[in-house]
Amino acid sequence: MRFMLMMHAPRGTGEYQIGSWSPDDFKAHIAFMHQLNRDLTASGEFVGAEGLAPPGQAKIVRAGRDGTPAVTDGPFAESKEFLVGYWIVDVESAQRAYEIAGRASTAPGPGGAPLGIPIEVRQVMAAPLPEA
Amino acid sequence: MSRQPGGSDAPRVEHLLRELAPRVLAVVARRHRDFQAAEDAVQEALIAAAEQWIREGVPTNPAGWLHHVAVRRLVDQMRSESARRRREETISSDVLADWAFVPPPDADVRPEDDDSLALLFMCCHPALSPASAIALTLRAMGGLTTAEIARAFLVPEATMAQRISRAKQSIKAAGATFTMPTNIERDVRLASVLHVLYLIFNEGYTSSEGPELHRVDLAREAIRLARSVLALLPDDSEVRGLLALMLLTDARRAARTGMNGELVPLDAQDRSLWDRALIAEGAALVAQSLRSGVGPYALQAAIAALHDEASSVDGTDWPQILALYDVLDGLADNPVVKLNRAVAVAMVHGPAEALALVTALAADSRIAGHYRLDAVRAHLCRMSGDLEQAAACYVAAANGTANMAERDYLLTKASELTSARR
Repeated sequence: MRFMLMMHAPRGTGEYQIGSWSPDDFKAHIAFMHQLNRDLTASGEFVGAEGLAPPGQAKIVRAGRDGTPAVTDGPFAESKEFLVGYWIVDVESAQRAYEIAGRASTAPGPGGAPLGIPIEVRQVMAAPLPEA
Repeated sequence: MSRQPGGSDAPRVEHLLRELAPRVLAVVARRHRDFQAAEDAVQEALIAAAEQWIREGVPTNPAGWLHHVAVRRLVDQMRSESARRRREETISSDVLADWAFVPPPDADVRPEDDDSLALLFMCCHPALSPASAIALTLRAMGGLTTAEIARAFLVPEATMAQRISRAKQSIKAAGATFTMPTNIERDVRLASVLHVLYLIFNEGYTSSEGPELHRVDLAREAIRLARSVLALLPDDSEVRGLLALMLLTDARRAARTGMNGELVPLDAQDRSLWDRALIAEGAALVAQSLRSGVGPYALQAAIAALHDEASSVDGTDWPQILALYDVLDGLADNPVVKLNRAVAVAMVHGPAEALALVTALAADSRIAGHYRLDAVRAHLCRMSGDLEQAAACYVAAANGTANMAERDYLLTKASELTSARR
C-alpha cells in the first residue's frame, strides 16, 4: 500500500523558521531527514520524497472565465499551515505508515528537542483491486 | 544493467536468460546450499551474459556457461571469505577442494524437478512479507532484473534491491535450507506459492496504468510462472486451477477498461473483445482440474469459465455459478466468497434474498465496514429499484476504495442514479 506523508509547518511569516536555528541544530535536522530516507530505502519502502520551496515563493494560479491564467502570491492568507515536504512510501500496512510518520514527526529542532511536526498521512489511490 | 535492446540479438538473449535463470539457480543453490550467495552469484552471471552474449553471440551451451560463471563467482567469494576466516579458525582443505570445483562451461545443467520446486518454495517462504516474496519470486523464478521489477512496481531500483536483499536475509534468518518441505508442510507451502503468483497476476491485471514501454507485464509474467509450476506439478489440480483462473481473467482484459482507463464491469463489457483462444485454453484446464479435485482456485476458475462462455449477462448460467459458490463457501469460511455469492443469489433468487445475506455479513468483523459491502449493496439496491439507497451506497463505497479507477466507476454509478431520479 502506498501512502503520502505530508509534513506541515506553521505558516508564520512565509519564510523558513529554521533560519533562526543554530547551525548545529540545523545540521542535526538535515542529518535526521537524510537518515530517515536511507532507512526507508534500506527497508525497501522508499518510493519518493521531496522538500518544497518556502511559501513566500508560492504562487496561486487560477484560470479565469476565458481560460486565461491569473497568477497571484500564495498561499492563502487564511491557511495556518503549509506543506514543507512529503514522502511516498510503499508499506505493508497503514499501521506501518503511521509508524514512519511518527518517526518523521520527531525530527529535531532547536536544542535537539523533537519538533512534533504534524504529518498528514493519506493513502495513494494505487491499490490493486481486491482478490476474487 | 544493459538488457535494453541494443544488438539485434537482444530480445532473444533476454528471453533465453529468463528461461535459464531459474534452472541454473536451482542447480547452484542445491550444490552450495547457501541460497543467498547462490542467488547473488547467478545474478552476476546473468548480467555478464547479457553484455557478452549480445556482443559476441550466444555460446553453444548457454546454461553451462551461466553455471560455470556463477560457480566461479561463488568460489572466488568463498575463497576471499575463507582467507579471512582461516586466520581465526582452521578449515579442512577437503571442504575447500570440494567447494572450489568449478564445472566446465560445457557441462550439462539439468536441475531435478525437486530442485526447481525447492527454489520456488524458498522464494515464497512464509517468513517473507508478500511484497518481499513477490520481488524474490520475480527475480529468482522469473529471471527478471531488479531494475525491471522496480519499474513494474513503480519504485526506485535501490528500494527494490533492498527489498530483495532483505528477503534473502529473512530466509537465512529463518534457518531455511534448500530442501523440499516435508509432506506435512507441503500443502501449506504450496498454497503460499500459489497466493504469491496470484498477487503478481492481480497487481498486473488491475494496474490502472496503461501498457508502458519497458515495463514488464506482470499478469503475463504470473501466467508464465504458473505454467512453469504446472510443468513441475502436472497432477496438482489447484496449480492447474490457478493457471486457468489467470487465463480466463486475462481473456477479458481488453474489454475491462475504457478509453480513459475507466473500469468497465462485466455486464457492460464488449464480449467480442474477449480473447477466445485464452478462454478455450482456460476452460479446458478447468475441466481437467475439476476431475482431480475441487480447490478454491479450480472453483473460481470454473466460475470465470461460465462467465467467459456466456454470450451476455442474461445468457449466463447463474444457477450453475451459484452452485459453484455454494461449494466454494463450504470449503472455507471466507466473507469475501460469501459477498460474491450474494451477487449470484440475486441473479437466481432476486435481490431481496441477497440483501438479507449482505446485511447478515455486515455483522462479520472481518468484512464489516469494508467498502465492497457497500458496493454490492448498491448493486442489489439498484436491482430492487431502490435508487436513492443505491446511490448512497455507491458514494459510501467510493469513499472507501483505495483504487482510483474503481472510485471513478463507483462515483459514475452514483451520479447516473442521482441524475436519473431528478
